[in-house]
Amino acid sequence: MNSPLLELKQISVSFEGFLALRDLNLILNQGDLRAVIGPNGAGKTTFLDVITGKVAPSKGDVMFKGKSLIGQTEFRIARKGIGRKFQSPRIFENLSVQENLALSVSRPKTPFSLLINSLKVKHLDQIQHLMSIVNLQSKANIRAGALSHGQKQWLEIAMLVGQDPDLLLVDEPVAGLTDEETDLTADLLKSLAGDHTVLVIDHDMEFIRRLDCPVSVLHQGHVLKEGSMSEIQKDPLVIEVYLGKSEEEEE
Amino acid sequence: MSIFSTKKSWINLTIWVLIIALIIAAPSVLPVFRLNLLGRYLSLAIVALGVDLIWGFTGMLSLGQGIFFAIGGYCAAMFLQLNSAGEFPNAIPEFFGLYGVEKLPFFWEPFKSSIFTLISIWLLPAIIAGLLGYLVFRNRIKGVYFSILTQAALLVFFNFFNGQQKLINGTNGLKTDVTQLFGQMVGSEIMQRWFFWISAILVILAWFFARWIVRDRFGNILIGIRDDEARVRFTGYNPVIFKTIIFSIAGGLAGVSGALYTVQSGIVSPQFMTVPFSIEMVIWVAVGGRGTLLGAILGAVLINYAKSLVSEALPASWMFIQGGLFILVVTALPEGVLGWIRKGGPKKLLFLIGINKKLETYPSLEVNEQGEVKS
Repeated sequence: MNSPLLELKQISVSFEGFLALRDLNLILNQGDLRAVIGPNGAGKTTFLDVITGKVAPSKGDVMFKGKSLIGQTEFRIARKGIGRKFQSPRIFENLSVQENLALSVSRPKTPFSLLINSLKVKHLDQIQHLMSIVNLQSKANIRAGALSHGQKQWLEIAMLVGQDPDLLLVDEPVAGLTDEETDLTADLLKSLAGDHTVLVIDHDMEFIRRLDCPVSVLHQGHVLKEGSMSEIQKDPLVIEVYLGKSEEEEE
Repeated sequence: MSIFSTKKSWINLTIWVLIIALIIAAPSVLPVFRLNLLGRYLSLAIVALGVDLIWGFTGMLSLGQGIFFAIGGYCAAMFLQLNSAGEFPNAIPEFFGLYGVEKLPFFWEPFKSSIFTLISIWLLPAIIAGLLGYLVFRNRIKGVYFSILTQAALLVFFNFFNGQQKLINGTNGLKTDVTQLFGQMVGSEIMQRWFFWISAILVILAWFFARWIVRDRFGNILIGIRDDEARVRFTGYNPVIFKTIIFSIAGGLAGVSGALYTVQSGIVSPQFMTVPFSIEMVIWVAVGGRGTLLGAILGAVLINYAKSLVSEALPASWMFIQGGLFILVVTALPEGVLGWIRKGGPKKLLFLIGINKKLETYPSLEVNEQGEVKS
């Protein structure tokens, strides 16, 4: 049996005494699709910050492909094969769709190579393929800042896939999307799992249900419960901290 | 981009034809005094190109480009001083005698070589900029902190150069106009005509060089760093290296600019490292148009030419005009004059004053499905 792709061991993060994450453990295997849910302030984004090297944990270890990621810079972690999509779409607004994707598929990512080499045919094909996946072919030369919110979200996902990462970390991909776009995004993420390992963070229960995958519930920086969506929804503890409360708020 | 590209290239072409025509016509039309001024301003356009690369494209506002400008100037001046030092006591430049220095300071020695000088004019500022930049960028200092730091560095260099009488003639600077080169006085008319041509050619080469850097993905990464540095990092690029390289290139361009400016103005002194001068460089780029390259050249040449004309007519008023121009650009033309023209500014102005009629239809109806403008 192979070692897990990603393993978080007893991670704690403290911001000036406030524990954003508390003894967090999580294991992801190659090809998994996993959803992480949790109320506001549960530490969902901090947890991605730790994996991608933006925040250093005060305790614990992050193992990726059997090696520790602690102390590595963000761009090195990205090159090892971890791609991240941010909560609000973060794309290069002043570049065209095609230019955005070109930066993501370029390899090696050194200044010299970018200056001297032109983009390989293989990479040009990859850009076309990515644009067709997210339906942006007709917008190839449009400034990314001029895209709609949903298209920006998709462009960012396409950029993520273009990096060809082993692990995709996707933070709230359907925030602000229409129902139809949400469904398409769920299908897109499901189709990516298998070849890639995908970890999705979101609040949108319909969306998570549609992903149809194991769910981890985060509460106060700790994994409260892991299981399928239907198991989670029946769990009294989860209902108390999250589902029950959020339903009341909605009404 | 594609919608603008044809229009943009027409504007560029027109401006280039004008520039080349001016450069070719200038030596036969202008008196040598004016020609010399134009040559100086063309050399300033090279430092402006560097400012555009680091500020317009990469978003790093450096207020310390005077450091690299002055170092380039000192490199050229030291060579020229040594080249004509044979007649003086100890065969060292004359000013050393004033301070009782009899032996040439060690760092002057290599500047006896013309090849070393020609290389050090751009390489030395580039190395210093690279080192300074690397330390700053590695610690993720950016935005206004970066600007303050570069200005502080400028003051450090200014004060150091000001105080070193025995090494580089301190606050008096090094004169170049009475030195000899190829058996001619550097300040002579024939030499100044040559320097004009060299400046003109180097501006064009510097533009091609800068254009080549920003043309493709390298330039896109610079824009990416300006707009969202964290995204660049998470895409797997190391912004520190890119920023160091571009800051170093801007330093090298500043050095070339400083050397050309020195030989055409006849002296290099710590005055090249005053705070206002480095801020002026930023104003040229802001007025001409950030991130346009051509705008930096236009801004540097036109503002400086206006400065000399206005100063001759109304001596005290230039600072007010320059300040007013900067305020106008910041409030009304945030993309500078060239950016404004490229975005169709003149047309809008004609609508405003009622000369042109507005279109009857939505602009989008005149664009076909591929996003191309119908002719």
